[in-house]
Amino acid sequence: MEIDFRLNGEDVTATTDDPTATLLDWLRNEAGLPGTKEGCNEGDCGACSVIVTGADGVPRAFNACILFLPQLAGRAVRTVEGLTGPDGTMHPVQRAMIDRHGSQCGFCTPGFVTTMAAAHARGDTDHADQIAGNLCRCTGYAPILRAARDIEGEPIPDHMRDTAPAPAIRSARTFHPQSADELAEWYVDHSDATLVAGATDVGLWVTKQFRALDGIAFLAGCNDLRGVAVTDDAIEIGAMTDIEALRAAVAPYHPSFGELLRRYGSVQVRNAATLGGNIANGSPIGDSPPPLIALGAKLHLRRGDVRRSMPLEDFYLDYGKQDRQPGEFVERVTIPRRADSLLCHKLSKRFDQDISAVCGAFNLPEADGALRDVRIAFGGMAGIPKRARAAEAALEGRARNAETLAAAAEALAEDFTPLTDMRASAGYRLQAAQGMLRRLATDAPSILTVQA
Amino acid sequence: MSVAKPLPHESARLHVTGTARYTDDIPAPKGCLHLAFGLAEVARGRLDALDLSAVREAPGVVAVLTAEDLDPMPDCSPSNGDEPLLCTGEIHYAGQPLYLVVADTHLAARRAARLHEARVTEAPAILTIEDAVDAESWFDGGPRVWTDGDVAAGLAEAPHRLEGQIEIGGQEHFYLEGHAALAIPSEAGEMHVLTSTQHPTEIQHKVAEALGVPMHAVRSEVRRMGGAFGGKESQGNALAVACAVAAERTGRACRMRYDRDDDFVVTGKRHDFRVAYEVGHDEAGRVFAVRFLHWTRCGWSQDLSLPVADRAMLHADNAYDIPVMSIESWRLRTNTQSATAFRGFGGPQGMLGIERVMDHVAHAVGRDPLEVRRANFYADARGEGGASGGDISEAKMPAGGTGRTHYGQAVTDSCLGALTEQLAESCDYDGRRRRVAGWNAANPVLKRGIALTPVKFGISFTLTHLNQAGALVHVYADGSIHLNHGGTEMGQGLHSKVAQVAADRFGCDLARVRVTATDTGKVPNTSATAASSGADLNGMAVRAACDTIRDRIAAFLAETHQAEAASVVFAEDAVNVGGATYPFEEAAAMAYAGRVSLSSTGYYATPEIEWDRAAGRGRPFYYFAYGAACSEVVIDTLTGENRILRTDILHDAGASLNPALDIGQIEGGFVQGAGWLTTEELVWDEAGRLRTHAPSTYKIPCASDVPDVFEVALWDAPNRAETIYRSKAVGEPPLMHGISVFLALSDAVAACGTGYPALDAPATAERVLGAVRRLG
Repeated sequence: MEIDFRLNGEDVTATTDDPTATLLDWLRNEAGLPGTKEGCNEGDCGACSVIVTGADGVPRAFNACILFLPQLAGRAVRTVEGLTGPDGTMHPVQRAMIDRHGSQCGFCTPGFVTTMAAAHARGDTDHADQIAGNLCRCTGYAPILRAARDIEGEPIPDHMRDTAPAPAIRSARTFHPQSADELAEWYVDHSDATLVAGATDVGLWVTKQFRALDGIAFLAGCNDLRGVAVTDDAIEIGAMTDIEALRAAVAPYHPSFGELLRRYGSVQVRNAATLGGNIANGSPIGDSPPPLIALGAKLHLRRGDVRRSMPLEDFYLDYGKQDRQPGEFVERVTIPRRADSLLCHKLSKRFDQDISAVCGAFNLPEADGALRDVRIAFGGMAGIPKRARAAEAALEGRARNAETLAAAAEALAEDFTPLTDMRASAGYRLQAAQGMLRRLATDAPSILTVQA
Repeated sequence: MSVAKPLPHESARLHVTGTARYTDDIPAPKGCLHLAFGLAEVARGRLDALDLSAVREAPGVVAVLTAEDLDPMPDCSPSNGDEPLLCTGEIHYAGQPLYLVVADTHLAARRAARLHEARVTEAPAILTIEDAVDAESWFDGGPRVWTDGDVAAGLAEAPHRLEGQIEIGGQEHFYLEGHAALAIPSEAGEMHVLTSTQHPTEIQHKVAEALGVPMHAVRSEVRRMGGAFGGKESQGNALAVACAVAAERTGRACRMRYDRDDDFVVTGKRHDFRVAYEVGHDEAGRVFAVRFLHWTRCGWSQDLSLPVADRAMLHADNAYDIPVMSIESWRLRTNTQSATAFRGFGGPQGMLGIERVMDHVAHAVGRDPLEVRRANFYADARGEGGASGGDISEAKMPAGGTGRTHYGQAVTDSCLGALTEQLAESCDYDGRRRRVAGWNAANPVLKRGIALTPVKFGISFTLTHLNQAGALVHVYADGSIHLNHGGTEMGQGLHSKVAQVAADRFGCDLARVRVTATDTGKVPNTSATAASSGADLNGMAVRAACDTIRDRIAAFLAETHQAEAASVVFAEDAVNVGGATYPFEEAAAMAYAGRVSLSSTGYYATPEIEWDRAAGRGRPFYYFAYGAACSEVVIDTLTGENRILRTDILHDAGASLNPALDIGQIEGGFVQGAGWLTTEELVWDEAGRLRTHAPSTYKIPCASDVPDVFEVALWDAPNRAETIYRSKAVGEPPLMHGISVFLALSDAVAACGTGYPALDAPATAERVLGAVRRLG
């Protein structure tokens, strides 16, 4: 297959027999550009970060190690080798990283400078969030953050303004639908195929598990599955909406959900991962289902021309098992519009870029001094994202206070029998989940807001 | 002067432009093959049969090597020959290489290496400390015991006694560049090996041994590593040996890199420890006697575990003049990855043990831990000069103090009294301790804690003969300078510092000096770049080489100008002789034309050190490096979540060769140490399989984990020992500033009740909540 895209300002065609060949391997082995590094080969360290610009003209950081070549059709890629201007002038971030001693071993540095250059081009100054997906083992990050602050407001070098070429991909073996209708029609007859949206999960099937994927549809062209629409009744989210776009869309309505999504993966992961993928893969530790369930979100599935909807929690039947028919896919999710009363609590070993040990979402609307329509959902507490029905019942119709929340916390033991794994023990999971509920009775701020 | 300046890393420009080459970036020679190990999935057992038919038939596979193909089996051990390259029948840990795939691509090799079928008779794996003690599974023939004084009497005579225990987890290095090697066969059985290694000579030695050739037939080279931290001191041997053996057999270049998960599962990590203690002390918290018990899980092979465990013992006193001490150290053999060198090399674990003791004693006597620490400090050095080991008659000792460590080395260069005083003042320790108490009284859910902890770290290899280094310097006729030395560049800025030394010796611009790849063909018989010794040893060797050449140039120019050689001045990129001034390149050209040798080796061996390991007595260290850190943290008492709010560090790098690089080592070392003791948790399952084998499950600090307020300063005083420009080693000591975070967390937990928290490490949210609940 042949994929046309733009690389460091030049139009290129990548030729490969393997539709799951990664951009990282292609850059290093075929394109002669070894500046981009392999640190983990699973999207968790950022050493392979590159800048990808799509049709919207916005430069974004992606992990090249879990980015398949066909996903690049119609996009512009800029690697570390393309940061320096054609006249040899270093990008401001490169200069600042030298001035601030931001590199020691230098292996993570190409990934940092590309991620930081993308943030600089967008004018983003939430530096620690921007580089949360880039691990450095030498510097302790302090000089890198100084470098990022140094270049705030500096002009964007002209050569950094990439535009995306027209998408072009020539492939006999893979399917590239350009609309939900095309996908729906094809998928009915190819229900064993793998749908690739952002590849942040499927990427690991390939790089770590060596799964052979027979039949792949790359959904990047399904623009009608992308985007968020807010009506009087609902927030409607297309399945192909990436998590960074979702975060921007929901944060004004449900700030705690927005804050949770700030800590979802990293910039690189959020730019690639889609809401549909996070829901459909059925992981018990995905971070979007608990808040969506707590908000009473509906899932809209489609098979051919047949559509059906269900409360999101009903989609999850058992570990690894969802209520999805062969050939059926997630089309969109709707969140009913209501006054915000959602609080989320993501618990992980590390605050940023870590998979939750427990993710709690607590929707506690109050009317006339009593809690009404309480919805509480957890990730990490069972084999699926799941509502805490007993805890909800302990609160429903009662006042929100220390006593009722303590009763709800006790009731969690009826709701869940969590597992022990490398992230947390069963006992701790339950204790911490109970702690989250008890905490709601206090006026304690988030630990993340405490200042020295 | 090029020394003492905060110059950028010599490769900074290459780093930020992506043009710095690492081992796997070196273009593959034509026909290069790629290797991968097939790994054991069980922790212990007998490999009865290995069906490799699917491996051999996999696409791209050129050859498969097993124990049957390699006789004698190459050994990869840096110490006692107990690390066969491939399993020879006994499986010692889950992750042990069973066979070697040689294929035409990296991906083909990795894919094929999953396709074996192993028939194994499993045996009960020895995984825990208890397992190992029960099975009498240990190295070193039993416990190593060092006794300094009559501990039983010391404990009995003390007004108060307490005892306790702490579990200290291990740590994955997580160098961003995983292990990699490339072997290129040459004529007459010669092999050129490029490896991401801290120890090129060890690679040369092990490859030569594996190929059955003299060391002169093997050239080992490394330009730079993408981080190492001790993890590339011995753990690269297997890749280099595998590549060399495969290259010899196929006649083609062979390269290998571990995928990250394999790197985690195959290679060794920091040793985890259990430290138990009995302490005798008084009402003021003065400690009179400590009995320590160390247990450490060394994993399946000996590797560097004995010196690591020794260094834990050597740092069991840290900054404290404790009159009587004994340490019993058990080095346990377990069916896990072979624990190895990691920044600090056992020192951090030993140090955390005594810091825990000080904290515990302070809690018991109801005093501020900093006050208790100060009451037990070694006395500050007085007067000018003299590193540890000299006269201590002037020192002001704590009550009962001896001024000597438990292994008999006099501590005569301490600055910790003054240093901690300055830090306590600059970070407002007293004021903040009061504010922390005020906050904790007012906030039931979020509790703060603060701790100020010292570091005293011994500098020198404890294996005394390793304290030597060589260098090779060429001055070319155009005035450019090419230098090599025995040290390796892993990000620490060693090449930068050494180049600064060279430029200073020649009084020339730094731009004239180029340091190229470390190469056993240039400088032989090198020690590992380890023990923080890189700049100390190699800086001196380079100085010697430069001075030899400089003196030759001076003598020549003096003669041609009828001047005294001693009056020739090398400064400002020029040479002044007898009233004439020549640009440096002109002086070099003149010397060349005058048939003066412009090439020289240089050599250095650390003086004055001697060490009797068996007795645990002597002067193993040339000097000590000091520092102190104060950290403030906050914990959530309902979930155990915790954060560092502020850290202040004052660190002694002597007269710094490069303050920017040294600050970088301190900031980075602290964050790495804080990670070790907080979020970095290694988890093995009941079958002995490592479950945290990728960054998705093993969490090193990221940018937001750095404290919002992070103040790092250098204690500005020259080394009392005669080191290169009176600088001090700075690689390892700052890691132990992370202990301040751990004890601040313990302090925060202590606010939840009246008991002592007895927190274990790493202090994950789960452990913090557990400690809170035990108190509540």
